[in-house]
Amino acid sequence: MLALQINALRKVYRGGTEALKGVDLSVQEGDFFALLGPNGAGKSTTIGIISSLINKTSGSVKIFGDDLDTDLVNAKSHIGLVPQEFNFNQFETLMQIVVNQAGYYGVPRTLAKQRAEKYLKQLDLWDKRNARARELSGGMKRRLMIARALMHEPKMLILDEPTAGVDIEIRRSMWRFLKKINQQGITIILTTHYLEEAEMLCRNIAIIDKGQIIENTSMKGLLSKLNVETFVLDLSGNSIKPTLKDFDFRQVDDHSLEVDVPKASGLNAVFSQLSDQGVQVLSMRNKSNRLEELFVRLVENGRDQTSAPKQENA
Amino acid sequence: MNSLQFTALRTIWIKECTRFLRIWVQTLVPPAITMSLYFVIFGNLIGSRIGQMGGLSYMEFIVPGLIMMAVITSSYSNVSSSFFSAKFQRNVEELLVAPVSNWIIILGYVGGGVTRALLVGGLVTLVSLFFVELQIHNPIMLLLTLVLTATLFAAAGLVNAIFAKTFDDISVIPTFVLTPLTYLGGVFYSLTLLPEFWQWVSKANPIVYMVNGFRYGFLGVSDVGISTSVAVLIGFNVLLFTLAWNLINRGVGIRS
Repeated sequence: MLALQINALRKVYRGGTEALKGVDLSVQEGDFFALLGPNGAGKSTTIGIISSLINKTSGSVKIFGDDLDTDLVNAKSHIGLVPQEFNFNQFETLMQIVVNQAGYYGVPRTLAKQRAEKYLKQLDLWDKRNARARELSGGMKRRLMIARALMHEPKMLILDEPTAGVDIEIRRSMWRFLKKINQQGITIILTTHYLEEAEMLCRNIAIIDKGQIIENTSMKGLLSKLNVETFVLDLSGNSIKPTLKDFDFRQVDDHSLEVDVPKASGLNAVFSQLSDQGVQVLSMRNKSNRLEELFVRLVENGRDQTSAPKQENA
Repeated sequence: MNSLQFTALRTIWIKECTRFLRIWVQTLVPPAITMSLYFVIFGNLIGSRIGQMGGLSYMEFIVPGLIMMAVITSSYSNVSSSFFSAKFQRNVEELLVAPVSNWIIILGYVGGGVTRALLVGGLVTLVSLFFVELQIHNPIMLLLTLVLTATLFAAAGLVNAIFAKTFDDISVIPTFVLTPLTYLGGVFYSLTLLPEFWQWVSKANPIVYMVNGFRYGFLGVSDVGISTSVAVLIGFNVLLFTLAWNLINRGVGIRS
């Protein structure tokens, strides 16, 4: 079953800005799905429409088969939203925030208190249950928003940049938690600027730019499109100036070299050529995240294609 | 109303009551102190020199109006400041993403405002007992005008908060509209003291009907017809609730 089905979704804001230009998107039940795009691409508008915070201009959105236009109550009940900005009452306690949120979904207060204990404990917030929200650290606030979104036990969790501004330790513990609840059957849709996060967590991915989906495929399928990877090699010796036949390379400084390695060639040829020249490789790393390279390439290609006709017409 | 909507309504109401009780020093105490001062200064000190008003002692005459004044201010400011804070801190989104109907959001916030207004009204009434012996002439009329006035101004506060973009916007209407209308609404004087033209102008002020309806409930005297008072209250309630529903339905001030 499809957890989310979006057809021809358009949004034109007052003032005429067209944020979405006919988005089509579907997410399977149980998926861990990444929605990526540069700032202002339309990610938050899409999520805002799915979660009823933004009115759409046209198109349709179905959540587990329930249409936002005709089955709003059921459609909303399926979703738990973790927004980008902190949006809880800073003066309320954690218990009040999560128990009230459950109440808005019709969860009786006694059951809500039991669930509050369950989710606040799972997210390491139970000790802070009687603290005011404004007293929490940034990472705790992010986790509070996840606990709040789970209180009505939704089938689908939407996270809009959930790990923005949190340290790596908390980020990794949040990843483990999200993976666990996804394995338990909750469909997850994630937007993030940490492409490593998307690569680690998500099975399928859509890239949105200028209000249009420019790529929608599996993570594996997308990464397989990466033909060339750039490696940075740290070399030993003084003033080493090696040369590499059949490879594009750049000398970064006296001790490091950047090499573009096509997938078909492999790294052995690079090492054997360097070895023949008496150069020792001390260590090696990817220049950047693989998904990041693809992302930049796809977005830039999309922009070249959209700007090209304008140049021809000029 | 199904159980989901009922639970949601109860939750919003509890949240609203918890909010004003948490800050009781700001929400419950000031009206009691202000009204005590009115009782001492206007009722006792000045009132003793004024003599009778509408066949009653001046203190007796002003008590219902002052209770009503506290009710109006409390119900209005509770909803306007709570809903605007929810917009400002964006926690109104907690309600917008949930399957809560727009009517339930309105009733929940109005319910909170009415509860605070009734508590404040009760406190002011208790304080007034130190100064005057109160009698109730018509309890049904008393309760009807009290509750309908509280719901009316709670709904008006909600409409104000929906349109408000800054904290200044929620203080403009109380300062420049509500306070003058209340002071000119027959709280401190009987309309019969005014020249005929100003009596006629005063009758365009809806607060006149609320104060007089309430005064009738307590004392059995009124400058305007009782059925007119009830009709005005019902009419303004219908108008403001419809307006609030229409605004929230269209997402004015809360949805892009």
